[in-house]
Amino acid sequence: MATIDRSNTATAPQPRIHRQVVLPLGKSFEIAFNSIRVRFFRSLITTMSLVLAVSFLSFVSVNTDVANGLLSTGDPALRQALIRSGYDLAPEDTRADSSPKQRWIVILSLLVCVVGIVNAQLMAVTERFREIGTMKCLGALDRFILRLFLLEAGMQGLVGAGVGALSGAAFALLGNLLRFGTRALTTPAGDEILLSVAFATGVGCLLSVLGVLYPAFVAARMQPVEAMRVEQ
Amino acid sequence: MTSVRTIVRVANVTKTFQLGKIAVHALKGVDLEIPTGQYVSIMGPSGSGKSTLFNMIGGLDKPSTGKVFIDEVDISQLDAYELAWLRCRKIGYIFQTFNIIQVMTALENVTLPMTFAGMRSERATEKGMELLELVGLADRFQHKPFELSGGQQQRVAIARALANDPAIILADEPTGNLDLSTGEEIITLLKNLSHERGVTIISATHDIKMLNVSDQVVWIRDGRIDKIESREELTISVGRIDARAGA
Ligand SMILES: Nc1ncnc2c1ncn2[C@@H]1O[C@H](COP(=O)(O)OP(=O)(O)OP(=O)(O)O)[C@@H](O)[C@H]1O
Ligand SMILES: [Mg+2]
Repeated sequence: MATIDRSNTATAPQPRIHRQVVLPLGKSFEIAFNSIRVRFFRSLITTMSLVLAVSFLSFVSVNTDVANGLLSTGDPALRQALIRSGYDLAPEDTRADSSPKQRWIVILSLLVCVVGIVNAQLMAVTERFREIGTMKCLGALDRFILRLFLLEAGMQGLVGAGVGALSGAAFALLGNLLRFGTRALTTPAGDEILLSVAFATGVGCLLSVLGVLYPAFVAARMQPVEAMRVEQ
Repeated sequence: MTSVRTIVRVANVTKTFQLGKIAVHALKGVDLEIPTGQYVSIMGPSGSGKSTLFNMIGGLDKPSTGKVFIDEVDISQLDAYELAWLRCRKIGYIFQTFNIIQVMTALENVTLPMTFAGMRSERATEKGMELLELVGLADRFQHKPFELSGGQQQRVAIARALANDPAIILADEPTGNLDLSTGEEIITLLKNLSHERGVTIISATHDIKMLNVSDQVVWIRDGRIDKIESREELTISVGRIDARAGA
């Protein structure tokens, strides 16, 4: 920049106030991804409760899938084995669905997990007030801030819930393998297991985004001066 | 110098902060006109309302009463989009605490406002490098803020403030957290910018070194403008102080 172009300096007549500020989606992804990468440890903490809750959900539903698979073979020996390992099966039952009590525990664990995410995200957002205020001074709209937080939560959710769902399924399969031998893995329940894993991942993703909604709204609505007055 | 446009006009602005039952009158009626291309320093003791005025001019906070005009547009009338555009394109901010985004590299910090302004990524990178070169940090473009010294961070902030060729640069105590010589470098850099690019620079400061480079000094005391001195008056009064000191 040896020569400085005077034609686009402030003394030239300038356009008045316009309204166009943008943050392209690709760039949003890039910023959100980098933000997670740089604060990896923080993200790990935020995601931990999600991983656990989702893996529990996945564990329970894969267990049910396997039990159903074993039942559907119609083998009386397997039926006896199921009853021995704690399934309440009446003689006419053809499915071994999870008990209401079990379902409640899963729902409770998911609820606790959402509260944990909200808590962790509120803390994460507070740590980032100055950054948010700065971005707003540079021309970011509330929407940009909201979008960045939602994208971050979505990505964290996808990875965290994915890991949780897979590990939950793996534990369930392992447990069944030990109890029922290789028959547990050769039942025709493959599709249902995949579906359960996908479902658990989806639920986890949703919860992650749900948990960040309130903190992200708080962050996005901050006035730049307020956000930057916070001592850090 | 016949047709100097006024770029910032502050009309009878007051600001009152309500702290519980106590009302703090940070600004008690400020009128100010700043012509395009000038280097204006706002001087005053701590707590006199410099930062408050700075925030009003920058559209970061709203006056309790009175109006602020940028380019003769009343900024209280702007909606969120227009305000964001103003912050993005028209004004560059420099803070005492640098406020570099910690998770981004120097270059990413400088290009962020260009992204908001809709500039293509390659062009933004190119221009970001030019600006980093201008502030003497081209070789540090990939460094994160914590790998840079305070003075270097402030230079990144200056490069970032210049990202979209703003008409105004607002600097709130840009040298407040820097040592003497680094502060001087920053001041020289700002002065050169105002000279070469015709950018209007408004800087709140305690720093007497700023006086030498200012076209105009606004003295503010207790939420009111005490006096406004132009460069000529200033050299005289500073000269007098020097003479007195010498006697
Ligand atoms: N958000 C706020 N809430 C309450 N009072 C405030 C707030 N911001 C500023 N004030 C008060 O307004 C007055 C002016 O503050 P301001 O920050 O503008 O001073 P300043 O001139 O920038 O001081 P310094 O040189 O120390 O930065 C002070 O009395 C301060 O306590
Ligand atoms: Mg101040």
